[in-house]
Amino acid sequence: MEIVKTLFQFLAAALLAPLLPGVINRVKAFFAGRRGQPLGQLYYDLFKLLLKTPVYSRTTTWVFKAGPIIGVASLVTALALLPFAGRPSFFAFEGDFIFLIYLLGLARFATVLAALDTGSAFEGMGASREMQFAVFAEPAFFLGLAALARVTGQPSLAGMFGALTGDTWRTAAPVLALLTASFFIVLLAENSRVPADDPNTHLELTMIHEAMVLDHSGPDLAFILYGASLKLWLFGALICSTVLPRHTGSWASDSALFLLMMFGVAAGVGIVESVIARLRLTKVPFMLITAFAFSALALIFQMGR
Amino acid sequence: MHTFAELTIVFIILMDLALAVTGSLSSCIRLVALQGVVAGVLPLLAGHGAPHLRAVAFAAVIISLKGVIFPWLLMRARDRSGAGKDVEPLISYPASIMLCLGAFIASSWLGSRLPLPEANVAWIVPASLATIFTGFLLITTRRKAITQVLGYLVIENGIYIFGLALFVEQPMMVELAILLDVFVAVFVMGIAIFHISREFDHIDTAELSELSDWRRGEYGK
Repeated sequence: MEIVKTLFQFLAAALLAPLLPGVINRVKAFFAGRRGQPLGQLYYDLFKLLLKTPVYSRTTTWVFKAGPIIGVASLVTALALLPFAGRPSFFAFEGDFIFLIYLLGLARFATVLAALDTGSAFEGMGASREMQFAVFAEPAFFLGLAALARVTGQPSLAGMFGALTGDTWRTAAPVLALLTASFFIVLLAENSRVPADDPNTHLELTMIHEAMVLDHSGPDLAFILYGASLKLWLFGALICSTVLPRHTGSWASDSALFLLMMFGVAAGVGIVESVIARLRLTKVPFMLITAFAFSALALIFQMGR
Repeated sequence: MHTFAELTIVFIILMDLALAVTGSLSSCIRLVALQGVVAGVLPLLAGHGAPHLRAVAFAAVIISLKGVIFPWLLMRARDRSGAGKDVEPLISYPASIMLCLGAFIASSWLGSRLPLPEANVAWIVPASLATIFTGFLLITTRRKAITQVLGYLVIENGIYIFGLALFVEQPMMVELAILLDVFVAVFVMGIAIFHISREFDHIDTAELSELSDWRRGEYGK
């Protein structure tokens, strides 16, 4: 019975992930006074792209074709590690949060290699920026997870989020609040959301993530878009499990609450995108250093407790 | 109840970090004022049970002094001296924030080593030491004279929080004397900044390093 539940959790996450960008877009449209695209727009896009024939430039090699596949495969694996509503996934093991960070790094590495393989100047620029910001985002994320492991005394993601309860918020509220803030900033930067990058611009000179995937088409682009939504789901799930560590005891109500919270996080991202402007490119590292400072503070707080 | 006091301490540390990265002079003044107000509220949160009338009155004096009068005096000094809008740091903002974090690590180590009586709110000693260090950082790495006054105020906030670690309620006379000193100091510094800027047309402390009527280079002419 348990294995069915965990498989169902995994499938639900994999299937519902493309809904999050839809929620963000609807919230943004609401703030701009528009009706916006349908909630399930990404599903239509993915379906359309999967039916198309990819086009490959003659300068590219197998690296270019492998990039999106490795990217989406490592993100799906990362999703299999992720606890759902504080309940362990079927793939959880001790120390899996380090594996999770490496999987995210592998996905990024594959995308960057594919971008460099095209030989296009824009893609090289995008790849360089992506790596530059990753240098700041990864320590923040890693230190945050380390602090969380320290708070709960558990070495696995499932253990961490399983051990988090309302009581932890009562005793270690400052640490958890700092961690939530840090994770949210990392979410915005890693998913190329507004203060770091504008997902709507198609001006290559200012793009970060989007500039790397300009040459992909058809199913490859579908994999990349799906991978991006999985990444958004992943960071959102980490924030939700930190903020809302309630365990009502019933699986169904826990899951429903978790899903509601996920859409809440997506709406929060939409609101942030609607009310603040994007940062100048040279200021983005400052934002990520702030996230790093939050994570480091949380860790120091916890160490000296 | 002490969760609130702990969150307040975190807030004070975050304001230290914010002071290290803020580039605008007026928001720096506002941050220092806010930090003073938060530090003034802290003894009401950290005590046991309902606070005494004396403590409330004292907190009110501190809040009005640090939250209203000092920012007003500093804003006036800034406007009169034509100090401009930026704080003009000598080191970059990321370096400032890293120094601040390092200071916090060092002060949490130092706080665990100091033979102090057991504080009833966690982190009060490291937070106070980190605040004092942030004050020194503002004094040493910023170019304008007005940020030195700000740094002095931040150090005063840090010392005040450090005092809370020892006694929740300090002897009234001591505190009033310190407050009077700080008030007079800010007042005098405001006037001094005004006079410096009138005399030399700027308040850049890098130019004030020689005790001479002449600037460097003009001496032998």
